[in-house]
This record gives sequence, C-alpha cells and structure tokens, in this order.
Amino acid sequence: MIKNISNLGDAALYCDFGKEVNRKINSQVIRYFKTIQKENIAGVNNLTPSYNKLIISFDLKKINFNKLKKIIDNIEIIKNDSIQNKKFEIPVCCEEDFSLDIKKLEEKLKMKEEKIYGSFFEKEFFCYMTGFIAGMPFLGDLDKNLRAKRLDTPRVKVPKGSIGITEQFTNIYTFESPGGWNIIGSTPLNIFNSSKENEPNLINPGDTVTFKRISKKKYLNYNE
Amino acid sequence: MSKNFFKIIRAGINSTFQDLGRDNLYHIGIPFSGAMDNRNYLFANKLTGNDHNHPAIEFAYLGPHLKYYGEKLNVAITGDVTFKIKKGDNSIDGECYQTFILENNDELDIISTNKSVYGYLTISGKFDLKFQWSSCSTNIKANIGSNNGEKLSDNQKINVKKINQNFVNKKLNYINTKIENIRVIKGTNFDYFSKEGKKIFFNNEFKVSKLSDRMGMRLEGKKIENIVDTNIRSEGLIKGVIQVPADGNPIIMLSDHGTIGGYPKIGVVISADYDKLVQLTPGSRVKFQEVDLNSAENLFKLYELETQNLISQI
Repeated sequence: MIKNISNLGDAALYCDFGKEVNRKINSQVIRYFKTIQKENIAGVNNLTPSYNKLIISFDLKKINFNKLKKIIDNIEIIKNDSIQNKKFEIPVCCEEDFSLDIKKLEEKLKMKEEKIYGSFFEKEFFCYMTGFIAGMPFLGDLDKNLRAKRLDTPRVKVPKGSIGITEQFTNIYTFESPGGWNIIGSTPLNIFNSSKENEPNLINPGDTVTFKRISKKKYLNYNE
Repeated sequence: MSKNFFKIIRAGINSTFQDLGRDNLYHIGIPFSGAMDNRNYLFANKLTGNDHNHPAIEFAYLGPHLKYYGEKLNVAITGDVTFKIKKGDNSIDGECYQTFILENNDELDIISTNKSVYGYLTISGKFDLKFQWSSCSTNIKANIGSNNGEKLSDNQKINVKKINQNFVNKKLNYINTKIENIRVIKGTNFDYFSKEGKKIFFNNEFKVSKLSDRMGMRLEGKKIENIVDTNIRSEGLIKGVIQVPADGNPIIMLSDHGTIGGYPKIGVVISADYDKLVQLTPGSRVKFQEVDLNSAENLFKLYELETQNLISQI
C-alpha cells in the first residue's frame, strides 16, 4: 500500500511505498500503476512506476494536487490475478568485445569470470521497471556475491544491447547511451521497437527474464 | 514530388520539429518532449492561423537558412530572434511576432536567438511529417518523432502540404523578459542536504553551464553539501526537477529528460517559470526562490491567463 503521498513540484503526485526494494513492494507499485492507467483519470498525463515509488504527473490546467490526491486515496486497486506477466529468454554473448568490464569485476567481486557468469545465467530475474532511456528494463535480483558498485567514471557511450550489472540489478541498454553499470555482455535482440506504438517494449514491469549464453557466431548471425 | 517545399541551405545548431509533445509514455522510458518554450510556440501557431498542436520548427541559437519553392505561404517567427528575408537581391530584416509572406525562390535566414536559446517557425500550412504516438516532436536521443528522430540537416528538403490560402497579416505586441529568480518548490530529498547546503541553494547565485540542452540544464556554483546519501533508489523524474549529484552542482531536468534518475531531488521549478527557464543562455546567473504549492498553483493560473489573453490579441 502507499505509505505517503506528497507533491513533487506543482504538477505531480509522489507516491511512496516504503524504503525497501523487493518484489512484494514493487508488485504493489505495479498494481497501482495498472489500475490508474485503466481508470483514465482526466488530467493525468503520465505515470512512472519505479522500485518503490509511483509518480503521477498531471496537467495543471485540468486538475491540481489536492483534487487528484483525493481520487488516488480512494481508488480501488485491481487484483493481482488480472495482470498478465510474460517470461523471456534473452540471448547474450560474453566474448571479449562485449564483456567490457568483466576483468574489473573479477577484481571487484574477487570471483573468477566463470563463476560470475555461472551465477548470472542460472538466475531468473524480475522486471521492476522500465525507463531512463526508452525501453530499458531494470531487472533483479542478482545473487548477493555479484553485487558491485557502478564504475567510478561512467562511460560516455555504452553500446546498444549491452548487459550491465550493479548492486542488486541488471539492465539492458536499448540505445547507445551514457552509463555507469558494469558491462558483462551484449544481446543481439532488439528490446525496444518504436515502430510498434502499442507495445514498443519487449520487457515490461512484472515480467520475468532469464539470460542464455550464445557464441559470437550466433550473435553475429542473429538478425539475419 | 511535392510542389511546395523548403530546401535547407544550413540546418542550424539544433533545429527540430516540435508540437505539444506526447503523453503517457514515461513508464516505458519516453519523455514528454514538445516545444521547450510553450508560450512562444503557441503564439507562432496562432499567428499563422493553425490550431494549438500544430508542428513547428524549433531552433536554438543559430537557426536554419531555408530556401522556399512553391505557392505563396504565410510564415511567423517567435522568440527573440534576428532573421532576414531575401527576395531576389533584396534582403529585409525580419520582425518576430508578425506574419510575413514567402514566395517562390525566397530565402529565410534565421541568424540568431538573442540573449535566449529557443525560437519557433510556423507556416500557414502543414509540413509533411510522420508522427509517432500522435506527435511530431523529435527526440534525437531516442530517435523518436519526425525526420526519423533526427535534427534537420544541411541540404535536406521539407515538403509542405495543404497551404491555407488565408493571408491575413497578424501581429502581436510582445516582449520577452529574462528570468533571474527561478521559483521552486522544495524537493522530496530536500533534507538530504546540510543546513549550509540549503542556504547556498536559496541564497547564492548559480551560473548556467554550457553543458545544457533539451535534456537538462547544468548549473555551477558553490557546492551544495549532501549529508545523507549522494544516491537514492532510482525513481521517476518530471521536467523541472532539480537533482544534485555527488559533485554538488544542480541539474534541472528539461523536456527530453531521462525518465528515471537516482540523484537526490533538492527542488522542482514551478510550472509558471518553465518557459522562461529554458531560455536561459549559458553564462546566465540565476537564484532560486522558495514558494509553497498553493502559491505555485496561483502563479500558474496567472501565467496561463496572461498567455490566453495574449493569444486572444492575435
């Protein structure tokens, strides 16, 4: 449940679901998000669910903070079972050209490369949120022994398709973008497609993801 | 082949197609986009007789130099802009907020925005554009919107369709003013900052850095000290949010901002000040001034009333 609603500036509600980041709290965020999306409240122009927050932006010409807060306070949340979640298997190549930070990670985590990948490819991940750049999924949770800090100096350009890890999360760079996550591989799969206006994102909050290691040859021939 | 078109002789620094932007896509990572200075964008469209959500060319600093081929066309430019209209050997100084006619072979050279960043060009017709999510707004970062999600480039052609044959000359008396005090509401992480840091935020001057664009405006000043944590769990952003990363310098989120961020939010610029905020050029000095939610709402009502009043004068 929402613990507190405050204002973020004069045109957004900041719904706080608590400090912790776990699937239970995030599932509540997603339920609120999907309910409000369905309700189509006049004046609401954007919803941003994240790990444990939901930001509801609105058009100040049509509604204001107090009026919208009242609506959200009294909203009836849809049940979990009406939300359909999908499962994906994402191919990843970890050859030298793509695993830009694996050597640094071996030092940071004091683990051998094979162990890092072993643990990573075994895991089933949960999509907490998408965003920052279009379609980028934030997936968790990494095993405790794989949790590393961001790079000291973020890269100006992380190549499209890169798989990054930091703290308890892994993500996929859907575009070339600046970024500070530790890059361990790359996927040839297109995660964001702007020509599919109804469903541009492959992975959405609530979906589950596993990664599958592929060879460089397979990677290079993937889109042929 | 379209018979009416512009040929771009020089594209300018950052010329893109913009309208009011796109809603309801933050959750997949796509920002609002749209015209940065909403008021000047609306004026331009009203001058050329268009509805309020009609594609315009937004330019920054050095604008485009265009040559027009086709039937007579009414054109307007808004902002604080120096431009020339060339008819044969004749070069005329252009005036903002006043429509003018372009005929076959005329040229329009947008030389600069003065003490401001953005200007708008609209026509009494439609640029032939592809929309995405019902908006032409170009987000070059995500390659979304018209012109394949890219800025205008030298030598390209822009086709024009459906010219409105109503050539009434329209004019608006309006002078852009520069903002010095940016009014803000305290952010959700205001208490992450030291007493001294909060004081600096509200009492000291900040300088707009060169590293500012449609995504964000970086400011430089005395370091705002964080006493809790320089990172927060990544969460949603909206335009106007002021984040302070570890280096202690504020960054204001603008229309093409990343939808999620992990730096503490010290404040949020009020809606009434946004149009003027985006016009601040690098090197400008600004101060932040605190207002409460109620005042912010009233200031926006006032701003909106003024905008509508000005539009009705066109």
